[in-house]
Amino acid sequence: MHKSKKQSTHLPLFILVGVVLFILSNFIEELRVSQGTTIAVYVIAISSIILLTGYSGQVSLGHGALMAIGAYAAAVLRLEFNLPIILCFVAAVLAAAIGGLLLGMAAARLSGPYLAGTTLALAIGLPSLANQFPILGGEQGREFKVGPPDFEPEVVAAAEPLTFFGNVLSILDKLQTTLATGAWPGASPMSTYKWWFWIAALAALISMWTVRNILNSAYGRSWRAGRGNEVAAQLAGINTARSKVLAFTISAGIAGLAGALLAMSIGTVSPSAFPLALSFSLLTGAVLAGITTLGGVIIGSVILVAIPEIADVVAHRLGSSESVTTNLPGLIVSGLLILTVLFVPNGPVEQHRARKAKHEAAHSSTKK
Amino acid sequence: MQLLNTLLIGITAGSIYSLMAIAFVLVWRSTRVVNFAQAGMALLSTYFGYEAVSRLGSFWIALPVAMIGGAIFAALVELILMRLLVKHASSGPIAGVAPIIATLGLLGVIKSVVTMIWGGQDLRIVAPISNNGFTINGETLVFSPLKLLVLVVVMVLLIMLSILFQKTNLGLALRASAHAPEIARLSGVRVDAVRTLGWALAGAAGAVAGLFQTVNGNGNFSPDSIEFSLLLVSGFIAAVIGGLDSLLGAVLGGLFLGISISFVLMYVSSGLFFIAPFVILLIVLFVRPQGIIGVKAGRRA
Amino acid sequence: MSLNVSNLTVHHGAICAVNQVSLAVPTGGLAAIIGSNGAGKTTLLRALSGLNKPTSGVVNWMGQTITAEKPEKLVRMGISHVSEGKSVIPELTVRENLELGAIWRKDGKEMKESLSQVIEIFPRLGERISQRSDSLSGGERQMLAIGRAIMSKPKLLLLDEPSLGLAPLVVEQIFQTIRDLTTQMRLTVVLVEQNAMGALKIADLGIVLNLGKVVAVDHAQALIQDPAVRAAYLGY
Ligand SMILES: Nc1ncnc2c1ncn2[C@@H]1O[C@H](COP(=O)(O)OP(=O)(O)OP(=O)(O)O)[C@@H](O)[C@H]1O
Ligand SMILES: [Mg+2]
Repeated sequence: MHKSKKQSTHLPLFILVGVVLFILSNFIEELRVSQGTTIAVYVIAISSIILLTGYSGQVSLGHGALMAIGAYAAAVLRLEFNLPIILCFVAAVLAAAIGGLLLGMAAARLSGPYLAGTTLALAIGLPSLANQFPILGGEQGREFKVGPPDFEPEVVAAAEPLTFFGNVLSILDKLQTTLATGAWPGASPMSTYKWWFWIAALAALISMWTVRNILNSAYGRSWRAGRGNEVAAQLAGINTARSKVLAFTISAGIAGLAGALLAMSIGTVSPSAFPLALSFSLLTGAVLAGITTLGGVIIGSVILVAIPEIADVVAHRLGSSESVTTNLPGLIVSGLLILTVLFVPNGPVEQHRARKAKHEAAHSSTKK
Repeated sequence: MQLLNTLLIGITAGSIYSLMAIAFVLVWRSTRVVNFAQAGMALLSTYFGYEAVSRLGSFWIALPVAMIGGAIFAALVELILMRLLVKHASSGPIAGVAPIIATLGLLGVIKSVVTMIWGGQDLRIVAPISNNGFTINGETLVFSPLKLLVLVVVMVLLIMLSILFQKTNLGLALRASAHAPEIARLSGVRVDAVRTLGWALAGAAGAVAGLFQTVNGNGNFSPDSIEFSLLLVSGFIAAVIGGLDSLLGAVLGGLFLGISISFVLMYVSSGLFFIAPFVILLIVLFVRPQGIIGVKAGRRA
Repeated sequence: MSLNVSNLTVHHGAICAVNQVSLAVPTGGLAAIIGSNGAGKTTLLRALSGLNKPTSGVVNWMGQTITAEKPEKLVRMGISHVSEGKSVIPELTVRENLELGAIWRKDGKEMKESLSQVIEIFPRLGERISQRSDSLSGGERQMLAIGRAIMSKPKLLLLDEPSLGLAPLVVEQIFQTIRDLTTQMRLTVVLVEQNAMGALKIADLGIVLNLGKVVAVDHAQALIQDPAVRAAYLGY
């Protein structure tokens, strides 16, 4: 009984959320839609960190760099070979996964601070490579334009028969056409932002669903075992080195997807889109989410997106100078990171659960 | 000539990395934390130094001011942040990553606050002596009086530090607390205070590294200077090369890194400035995972 | 009575390792605490030296309450603890390990005196004074650990299984040294041991600990004769 419950994949739930998001996207302002895209990107990127750090116990400060790998792969393939968008995203996942595999092999020999420092060096070093290879376009980077099917009908058409993903896109497309022709009064007209949101949200749902199921699989359990006690896990027959590399690879692939989506929402790929601060933000998001609670990613992502707005309001209230205003978001992100680690170290969801468990335990013991 | 030049430049840069590496090692030894905020502290201390230079007009006053400022700040961080961390986040899945996350957060806080106070624009610290290269046989080197000065000051500081560690009771307390805190306590060492002192020394070392990195460059610096990211990464890598637990290792690691980078830039490509340290680190990790001096258990601890 | 412990209880999380323990050791007395693995001997000793915080109870030393004081303060009050396992710092030389014991004493001359005193007691340490201590044999390390404690000029010496892992001949030497030290320096000693026979032979007072509780207290010689103790701890 218990087992079958654990193994349910919650597919209907994810589909339901998708439908709700789709409907919602037609009735909210453009600004919110584009913020929705950013949230979706963060959801993907943060879940990759949760998988890596929360479950396999490895810290990466280089996920910004892995996202960059994905983004560049997608953009270059799009520009140089005019590959269908969907394939560009797949390529982003693969390219970053390969990067993650290499990094993971180095990482498997390291732990804790060594790993963090190594990935930090990567995060600082890798973007500078953009200046080394002309195909990457130097400081300005390269453009990565993804428009709704009206703008580029042939591309999506070509992609359609290829995958399940393509099919979903075309279904969405048809739905949208019926909506746009007035079948659904009150819906906002089609826009690039909305299109981006759909892609990002769909990708986020698919990633979350995948990550969730990976974490509940035998792999997920072996990671948790290794995190708890490497020696014990080895004795139990788990190849901890291989399972760590695998975690790194999967996590990197997911980060690559997030990178490509981020590039899509900006329209270009350049080194400046993947600063060290991005890696830090993701870590903050993961810590805010609760490093082991996948469900928390939504909280983490929304907070990350909301911080600049909150900072704006605060700065306005205080009537502070410009240099304060522009640096307040950074201060809040970092300050929040510290405060969370200190006072809600295992995340709000986990904290609540622990408190409830404690409460119940106290109850049952007094009864006894 | 070219060779000598490359070597000297490498040694100068390396001696600065050594200082930064020493800062990492001191903190690691006293609290088993890799302090990613070290670069932020160096940055803040550099601003202290800048204030001293612009008020009092002398680099030689600015240096100790920056060192003392850096030491006090680092001590406060240990007293407040690190102790809270030990109290609140030393169990559960977060325990292994909490110090990393907290020091990264601190790095962000320092950077934001520094920018709020001093602004994001470039400021300038004028070097005390000329950075124009020496001329030998009519040929002008990149190696300059300033670089020589940096080298000499760093060496003097290193010697003072090694006397402190090897010849004084305080040094004995520092080493005992690093290797076996419980035995140190049973011998009457106030380990908590010694930890704070370890951080303070690291803060001072980082302050010198920050100031010298600035004047050894073009004298300009800002919160976003890539110089400080470089200092962070190079210092960390140098410490790792040295085994993270050894002061001598940190010095050798810094020199090794500085010289290697200098040669790569000169003879391979000058565009590899930022990726070179990473590649060198990977090579070291694969070839000698215990570092130059490090002993067996090191890296997985 | 110079050391007085009453109703001391110490927990490790939910585990109660020391349960309502009371004992008293007179000045210059040598008390042996014996008991099987996990009886709580180490925990008790660590509570006396301040390494473990007691949940309840009182520890009194020379008329002063020292419950829950910090070890670094207790050293200054004359309490030295040689912890379980050979408690030396392998990264330091023999001399540095010894000097560490006297580090809190400001007086350099006194330190020198103590150093020559320790070398007199353990000549082997004198021969190896500038070697790194990880090059010492097990017995030498135990001597070094005790030597370090003596460097602090203790009045109360807490020893946790000094015989652990040593060859029988060396064990005998160590026990003899402990007896001599107690008598010559008028130390008060609490000796925790698995080697019950060896410990009881040199001790004045014997205390048997089981599952965190004191189950027997008597003159050491009497305990050796006690049939129950013989059966359970002396093996004949
Ligand atoms: N740090 C700790 N955390 C949790 N439990 C502990 C800890 N130290 C000891 N214990 C538990 O407390 C109890 C007493 O342990 P203690 O080490 O005091 O026994 P001991 O008599 O010294 O045993 P031994 O003769 O094996 O050294 C044991 O059940 C042990 O498992
Ligand atoms: Mg014991």
